[in-house]
Amino acid sequence: MATLTAVLASTHHPFYLKATELTPEAERMPQAAEWKRKVEAYRETLTAAQPELLVMVGSDHFHQFFLDNYPTFLIGKQPVYDATYYNEEREFSIPKYTLAGDEDLSGYMFQGLLDRGFDFSISHELKLDHSIICPIITTRPQADLPVVPIYTNIFAPPLPSARRFYELGRAIRSIIDEYPRDIRIAAIGTGHLSLELGGPRQFGEHGPDPEWDLKAIDWLARGDVDAVLEDVTFEKLSQSGNATPGFLDLVLMLGIAGPELAAYVDQLDLFHTREMYVTWYPNGDPREAVRA
Amino acid sequence: MSVYFVDKFLYEIDRDPELLERYRTDPQGLVAEWENGQGMLLGIAHTVERTSWLRLTEAERAALETHDYVALFEMGAHFFLNLTIMIALYDEEYAGRLGPLSFQREMAANLAHWIGKDYPSVDV
Repeated sequence: MATLTAVLASTHHPFYLKATELTPEAERMPQAAEWKRKVEAYRETLTAAQPELLVMVGSDHFHQFFLDNYPTFLIGKQPVYDATYYNEEREFSIPKYTLAGDEDLSGYMFQGLLDRGFDFSISHELKLDHSIICPIITTRPQADLPVVPIYTNIFAPPLPSARRFYELGRAIRSIIDEYPRDIRIAAIGTGHLSLELGGPRQFGEHGPDPEWDLKAIDWLARGDVDAVLEDVTFEKLSQSGNATPGFLDLVLMLGIAGPELAAYVDQLDLFHTREMYVTWYPNGDPREAVRA
Repeated sequence: MSVYFVDKFLYEIDRDPELLERYRTDPQGLVAEWENGQGMLLGIAHTVERTSWLRLTEAERAALETHDYVALFEMGAHFFLNLTIMIALYDEEYAGRLGPLSFQREMAANLAHWIGKDYPSVDV
């Protein structure tokens, strides 16, 4: 049977590579070195879990999908995935990637989701955007593992409820746990804390709602599903920033982890938004084995 | 309600470097050409099938022709599309003149009258 060795939930910041590596050292923002240190420490939490395959949760930012046919939930089933769109290279200097896929797990996951009442869309020509590539850059820069990409709609309202995102995470977890193949899987998903894009609170000295950010990190750190399901609605998220519904993908990751304490929690208050890095180890903390 | 068509314009221009350059240099000409041409092709990938009924309102056309991101925000154009295309048009020039993120901060300041209010819905 497959083993889910780690669940990672973080914000994704498309400027990370540009800010910490592509910009000459003398011109970097003051926080660049600290940001890089924190990301590399977070990367260690994945490396320690020795994954062989990554189930990745993200959301298309109007790159491949548009309002003529925007999927609420979608899975890719391909041998190979291209990544990074022209306008992401233009705006963020994110390089192009080619990632291997895993059609067997994609197919098993798709059927398992249908069987559990999640009527997914499926793509055989999905090109990944920075919601998947940002965590590749931060947590697995060698980009050497096959991926199963799962996309959600956090962008084009109306959106499914927080409960639905959480339950989808639970379904993904049970499918991984039942997957009859001896393989070590990590689940990696990214979203946002409070974030404003194209609105009056964008690009400030901090995120649009720093207090809410701390509360949200605490929910994830404690695995406090009840608080999330009571407090998280589209309206409330939007009051904390027009792109804050991206937090729903982190609720999904909490669903994969379950109502458990996180093994690793870190954060960094950057201009414009707060960064957050959380890891759960559903089948034991591999770092303890190393230390023992 | 044709904000869908506005969003379609922002989406299709931003992903095409040639159309984007024309939107910078000749917005009025490009909007007219797109509205009667590419914009009427079904969805975002068709090259033959057409949609017969999509039209911009006068206010929408005027906002697109003048890169008026405040008007676009207020009529419910999607905030991500509105921001991304304006960054493509203005960020580099502003950054060179006034420093990093200066365009983004000016955009925020020009929308400041919305702070504390419910923003226009981007539902279509």
